[in-house]
Amino acid sequence: MIPRGIEVLWEQRDAIFYGFVNTIAITAVAAVCAGFLGLLLFALLISRVRTIEVALTWLIDLMRCVPFMLFCYMIYYGLPSFGIVIGNLTAGIVALTLYNAAYIAELLRGGYAALPRDGIEAGHAFGFHGWRLLTRIILPPVLLSSTPMLGNQLIQIIKDSAFLVIIAVQELTFAANSIQATYYVPFASFVCAIILYWLLCLAVEAGVRAVVVKAETQR
Amino acid sequence: MGRGDYLALAAGAANTIAVSLLAIAIGNPLGLGLALIRWGKVRGLDGIVAALVSLLRATPSVTLVLLIYFALPTIGLEVPRFAAGVATLALGTMAYNCEIWRAVLLAFPTDQLDAARAFGMPRALRFRLVILPQIARAALPALVNEMTLIIKVSPAVAVIGVIETTRAANRIGAATYKPIPPLLVALAMYVVIIGAFVVVQRMLERWRPAGPFA
Repeated sequence: MIPRGIEVLWEQRDAIFYGFVNTIAITAVAAVCAGFLGLLLFALLISRVRTIEVALTWLIDLMRCVPFMLFCYMIYYGLPSFGIVIGNLTAGIVALTLYNAAYIAELLRGGYAALPRDGIEAGHAFGFHGWRLLTRIILPPVLLSSTPMLGNQLIQIIKDSAFLVIIAVQELTFAANSIQATYYVPFASFVCAIILYWLLCLAVEAGVRAVVVKAETQR
Repeated sequence: MGRGDYLALAAGAANTIAVSLLAIAIGNPLGLGLALIRWGKVRGLDGIVAALVSLLRATPSVTLVLLIYFALPTIGLEVPRFAAGVATLALGTMAYNCEIWRAVLLAFPTDQLDAARAFGMPRALRFRLVILPQIARAALPALVNEMTLIIKVSPAVAVIGVIETTRAANRIGAATYKPIPPLLVALAMYVVIIGAFVVVQRMLERWRPAGPFA
């Protein structure tokens, strides 16, 4: 049973590889977009404009109550109701981006709340305001202290990307599932997919550790 | 949406709650057991548990539920959909709970254990009377947070055909050609379910005001 599974997988290695590369690409694009959108939301959150802060806090809290799969359906089936027609791959990346941007904004805010105020006050005293205060004084320590959490969020994006199989995005789980369905080798194909997800997550964890170590030595 | 649709969504919500609660009830004590194995540095098992937890934490629930549901019958184990769903979520939450329990165990003050040992308390009694009540309180916020995460990944069981809230909403949308209203009702249901966990956590925290490890 298992030798045949490995044999079939070897024959289908291109399909698995295609799915794996797609998962990496989808995750990378969504992570970069969610990162920038999350930064923007974070900047608005700490802008001290009361109405924006309250509205965004509500929106982020609401987003944190939504299961990703439900949100994915909302984007995929909901947007066409508003006349926006997008393909399933785009819908998947949009869903991953919007969903994770809320979480990223929230975790950056957590890092900001734990930041000692004197650095920011010194920045004020030296004439840093607005954009320059954000990028030169606030963001460097916030991003550094949030690196492990940002790494966890990246792993979350990798895992969430598997949900895109429900809207037929051809990522890793989709590839494993179609091989399973055609050749009936469920054990080998899904175990192979899970091991590839594991390697991806281990790589992210190693990357996070390298960043933290480098930051510690350069201080 | 008609009355039948609301009933279908309510039945879906009942499935979401049942699958999640069962997974929590199974996964949480298993996680504590694994954490104790790692905390006690049980030779041989320690490394295996660490690798298992790392693997499970990297595994998407969708992939795991497909593996359990489709692969177990090939070795002669027919599992019903619902049981496969519960097993998947329980394995995932077990891994995360192991990390939560381990963190509070590592933070547990050793002087209390030394004192208990000095009074001749056997190991099991030490754990039950000294350690458990305190680590349970310390771990509570993180555990409840993990429970809300379980509810959020629970739609994964829909891929093998368990009709929980999200799938129920999606089916109504497909039948009525109006996908958004049932999805919004489903969203409201999740907000209520997740909100209920947070309220219970607040109540438990207020129940005995002394802080952990005090």
